[in-house]
Amino acid sequence: MSMIGLIDCNSFYVSCERVFKPRLCGFPVGVMSNNDGCVISLSDELKAFGIKLGAPAFKLQPLVRSGQIHLLSSNYELYGDMSQRVQAVLEEFSPAVEPYSIDEMFVRFDGFAHEALLEHARQLRQKVRQFTGIPVCVGVAPTRTLAKLANRAAKKLPVYQGVCILHAGSAETRHLLQNTALGDVWGVGRRLVERLALMGIKSAWELAQANPKEIRRHFSITLERTAQELRGVPCIEMSDLDEARRHIMTSRSFGKLTDNLDEIREAIRQYGQRSAERLRRQNGLAKAVLVFLKTNPHRQDLLPHSPSLVLELPRPTADSREILHAAGNALERIYRKGHLYQKGGVMLLDLIDADRQQLSLLDTPQSDAERQRSQKLMDVMDDLNRKMGRDTVKLGMPTPGAAWHLRCAHHSDRSTTRWDELPKARAL
Amino acid sequence: MTLANLTPAHPEPPPLALPHPLALGRAGLSGFPSPAQDYEGRTLDLNERLVKRPSSTFFMSVTGDSMERLGIHEGDLLLVDRSLEPRPGHILVALVEGEITVKRYELRGKVPCLCSGNPRYAPIPLVDIECQVWGVVRAVIHEYPV
Repeated sequence: MSMIGLIDCNSFYVSCERVFKPRLCGFPVGVMSNNDGCVISLSDELKAFGIKLGAPAFKLQPLVRSGQIHLLSSNYELYGDMSQRVQAVLEEFSPAVEPYSIDEMFVRFDGFAHEALLEHARQLRQKVRQFTGIPVCVGVAPTRTLAKLANRAAKKLPVYQGVCILHAGSAETRHLLQNTALGDVWGVGRRLVERLALMGIKSAWELAQANPKEIRRHFSITLERTAQELRGVPCIEMSDLDEARRHIMTSRSFGKLTDNLDEIREAIRQYGQRSAERLRRQNGLAKAVLVFLKTNPHRQDLLPHSPSLVLELPRPTADSREILHAAGNALERIYRKGHLYQKGGVMLLDLIDADRQQLSLLDTPQSDAERQRSQKLMDVMDDLNRKMGRDTVKLGMPTPGAAWHLRCAHHSDRSTTRWDELPKARAL
Repeated sequence: MTLANLTPAHPEPPPLALPHPLALGRAGLSGFPSPAQDYEGRTLDLNERLVKRPSSTFFMSVTGDSMERLGIHEGDLLLVDRSLEPRPGHILVALVEGEITVKRYELRGKVPCLCSGNPRYAPIPLVDIECQVWGVVRAVIHEYPV
């Protein structure tokens, strides 16, 4: 029996922080988005305060000041490293691991009897926890869509103790599907929920029972696949997920060899802006930004240096400001003085469809109001640039070390990637 | 480019002289392999020696002097491996009153305790080993001023 597991890290960013700040365990803790705007990762204790994903951080300041809750700036360098570690542990104990996002990984479980499978999944969970300090939940099922649901059950229902295995057609699976709202099904976004409701389809079970041909006719082959997957028929492969992950690249020659950071920054800013415009035109959101620089490979008299760096965006976005910000940060970190660069580029990675953005899945949403505001601003900007010529409206680049850094006042140490920020072990 | 290729944001990845695989047998047509071939390209790598399991190995630096008698000094670098099962005699990183602390794991009579190298600090009985142990110290690196 071929089964797929989804390993999902619990409150991933908060859990990363807690590994090196054990005092935060059991305390209401949240991690804020870039610029300390809103809360993007919450501990269970913080959720118990009634605080939701995406809550604006400034509204929580009274609770912070009175010491009831603790908010941290995001520390992506740490989270990236911890994510790699989780993946490495999974790889040590399973043959095929496919990372899906920074805190979710698919794992193949083939040829296990049910009891052995349960034992293996529990072991896996325990090993990840022990080796990395990160608590995870494991959902196992014949399809990815069901595995996602199983994982959700493992996380929300204490009876599962963090591990839930669903078999196609079992009473347990049926019960769970009947009690799952459509919006909580992987790949079913808000708009689809509304349209399906018009057809009388409200629960995951009803979608699974619907006539696949009808679903395809009224909606799309993608939704038909989701429905099939809910019945336990595997239709979605990792390569399908890749399909949606085209990338957008803007890269050019600088026109001359340069080591002037200001000039390079200006160029990277332009490329990023261009990429973001193209992203918005195809109604996509990017999850990560890659910046690269190249020296002239034919000039053997010059030092070669062709660095590149991927930075994950704090949330999927098409907002030029966020994209340029990440690109700027990436550039600061790859640029090395004394090299003459010839070329550079900005690539937007891991694209998703804005309409299909599913908040429960992506973990780091923008509030609706914020999203609309950002969209309006970007629309106006694109419109002006289209009508009045390119670069009529441009975005300034935040100066490094300026306001932005000050606003990330609660940045924790990059405990696993910087020698001068290692955790301290007390011998006292 | 997919998320599978996302690497952690390392602007300058630490240069790791990873052990080179033995390049056995060249093209095969050129006669006998050189006896030196097996030894080509090998370097000694401290990572290979000290970091047995990268996914569970963390570095920490030491503050305080309570472990000096056990050879652990202020500013030393600890290599902590979370995948090891703690045994008496191990140097541990443990949580004491919520703080990350370095101690030696000892049996006092039959009671497992966290002890320091300084008699001024009383042994702390280990109540819940799962909760209290952060990891096992595999090595200590002490750098001298040069």
